[in-house]
Amino acid sequence: MNSTQDHGSLARDLIVYVAILVIAALQFVIAYQHIDGAQMFARMLALAMLEAGLGVLFFMHLWMETRGFLIFVAVFTLFVLAAMNYLWPDSFRILVGAPFSSYH
Amino acid sequence: MSHANVAVGAHSQELSEGSPFSIPTKKLVMWLFLISDAATFAACLMAYGFLRNATPDWPKPFQFLPTVVNAMVMTFILITSSLTMLIAIRAAKAGNKSKAFNWMLITAAGGIVFAILHIREWLGMIGEGATLFHNPWGTAIFGASFFSITGLHLLHVTGGVIALIVVGLRYRGGRYNADDIEILGLYWHFVDLVWMFVVPFVYLLNVAPTH
Repeated sequence: MNSTQDHGSLARDLIVYVAILVIAALQFVIAYQHIDGAQMFARMLALAMLEAGLGVLFFMHLWMETRGFLIFVAVFTLFVLAAMNYLWPDSFRILVGAPFSSYH
Repeated sequence: MSHANVAVGAHSQELSEGSPFSIPTKKLVMWLFLISDAATFAACLMAYGFLRNATPDWPKPFQFLPTVVNAMVMTFILITSSLTMLIAIRAAKAGNKSKAFNWMLITAAGGIVFAILHIREWLGMIGEGATLFHNPWGTAIFGASFFSITGLHLLHVTGGVIALIVVGLRYRGGRYNADDIEILGLYWHFVDLVWMFVVPFVYLLNVAPTH
């Protein structure tokens, strides 16, 4: 049991905190860019995933856990989240009467 | 020794094996809960995305003032509360009970301010006529999805604030130890992480266009 687990320095926590704040601020900037909705979504998703990754690894200290546990959490979570994405073509079908591939 | 005794001995040895991944069982259980909770929020956000994608007249009602500024302040408070939670965990690991307890209370205060701002936001929207089943800007499903997702998150924040106070008091009283503070910290950081997805998808993608 690793109750005496090393949690890194406070300086590193502060750096991660500032990085997450900056990324969050970027999301607000992107919201006011005159870009296509799909592009805006893609940029916001990328930034949100970056923020979440920093949070999970350094705030939740997943980086300090055993490699086996890190891989277990990452693979299990990402698989479940990825498996939910089967529904998107159907949302385009409702909108335009055709699946995503025909829409473009 | 009989065969039965050998079998029982082997079984008890099996039961006393170490925790999977060499982490405390309570921490492992919290991680498993968080993974399942992540799936819950992901399912809500996917359903919201599906509805938004499939609805041609999806409204974009959020103005810079008050909604976007409010979301900015709420985001800042929640991310900062994650930092204060880290300081509390660090103090608890160092054995400084009063410092850990105080930082947990500061974290809880951040959660309370977040909840107040959230409820103020809701009351403003309700005042404009948006409810679970009605929306003055277009499709009614907008109100249903907005209040459902932000409500689920607000429920998590409220639960976290209660847990921070209860666990903090019990830690100060000696019933809980630093590991329990760390496990609660995992939950609080998770609530923060979920907000990082709620803000861009539920708020920022629905910002009123500027000309």
